[in-house]
Amino acid sequence: MGIAQRILEGDIRAASRLMRDIDDRMPSALEPLKELYPKTGRAYIIGITGPPGSGKSTIVDKMVDIFRKEGKTVGIVAVDPTSPFTGGAILGDRIRMQRHATDEGVFIRSLATRGCLGGLTRSTQDIINVMDAMGKDIILVETVGVGQDEVEIVNTAHTSIVILVPGLGDDIQAIKAGIIEIGDLFVINKCDREGADKMERDLRMVLEMGRKREDGWEPPIFKTEAILGKGIFELVYGIYRHKQALEQNQALEKKLRERTKTTFLEILETEVMAHFIEKMEKEGQWDKIIEDLMNRRIDPYSVAEKVMAEELKKH
Amino acid sequence: MARKIRVLIAKPGLDGHDRGAKVIARALRDAGMEVIYTGIRQTPEQIANAAIQEDVDVVGLSSLSGAHNNLFPKVVQILRDKKAEDILVFGGGIIPVDDIPGLKKAGIREIFQPGASTEDIIKYIHRNVQLE
Repeated sequence: MGIAQRILEGDIRAASRLMRDIDDRMPSALEPLKELYPKTGRAYIIGITGPPGSGKSTIVDKMVDIFRKEGKTVGIVAVDPTSPFTGGAILGDRIRMQRHATDEGVFIRSLATRGCLGGLTRSTQDIINVMDAMGKDIILVETVGVGQDEVEIVNTAHTSIVILVPGLGDDIQAIKAGIIEIGDLFVINKCDREGADKMERDLRMVLEMGRKREDGWEPPIFKTEAILGKGIFELVYGIYRHKQALEQNQALEKKLRERTKTTFLEILETEVMAHFIEKMEKEGQWDKIIEDLMNRRIDPYSVAEKVMAEELKKH
Repeated sequence: MARKIRVLIAKPGLDGHDRGAKVIARALRDAGMEVIYTGIRQTPEQIANAAIQEDVDVVGLSSLSGAHNNLFPKVVQILRDKKAEDILVFGGGIIPVDDIPGLKKAGIREIFQPGASTEDIIKYIHRNVQLE
């Protein structure tokens, strides 16, 4: 039986091995991914992002309780950073979620960024697809702890949640571009701490001042104390409200169309690049082109045009 | 891109002394491995399931409470039941020499006692994990 078939029949080991092959960028991962693609697109994908230590893993853990009580199955992708010096990583997001490790309705996968800068990994979308094909109803994607500009999650999730905590700086921090723009829902976690109310006021002001969103959605703010489970129920129902709003005004359809296009173009780009690089290497031009560029004997724009023109002539 | 070795470091049982486990996790990270750390007070079921979901090559178990004879073999047994006997399991912590043969017989492939260096563990993993 093929790998894809085994995954569709519920073989956990086959699924986790395929995820490994995807993450290690093994060419062998491609065939099963092709087979699984038609079985994807059913899961609802929720992104959770925020600074390190803001409580992302704990909030994920508590939300899982609610989803499971509702009978939904859950996949979790949790990203932690790779050391730029050794290439190693300590993946510790499971610590907060381990009580779900024996629940057959929950599948947790930890990933290391491996040099990817947007808060996710290169493999994230494909790994989500595997979980989707496994039949998970909800897929929670927890980004690496982010600063201001790691917004890749917005191209992956249906609903993006930005988690903040009091005491991270003045209100100007929140006016800056970046993660503050991508939240469909905002959470002020550890709201028992001093400054939570002021933070909520500041954030509300920033959100009201901001440009109106095309889809008309006004991002709500939730206050939580995740460790005690406070505010999590409200948050989950906030997600459902956002989902409903997306579905009602065709924003979801638009979002998915845009995303499908981006993903396809990325894959096409990789293929095309690989083709040209292989060709230039095989014909022994690669080193010469680089050498000539280095010495300014030629310019890269003309070379690119020439390579393309030669390719088109062939057909 | 080359394969990366993935390791699960886990503490079964009730003792909360995780300094050793964290030192090992850190050392393996610095040796370029991806280390999943699941924290203290894990049941053998939790550990085995995490190992499978994370598709690790190696599981390192640490125990300082004296429950190793009971808990370590259970992890191996559950991995076998789930057809994941290819995942290498080693152990460490406060483990009397007399217990080692029994543990090895139960499928724990190596035991590192106090005084073992992190270098020894890294070398052991490199020697015993073959990535295609």
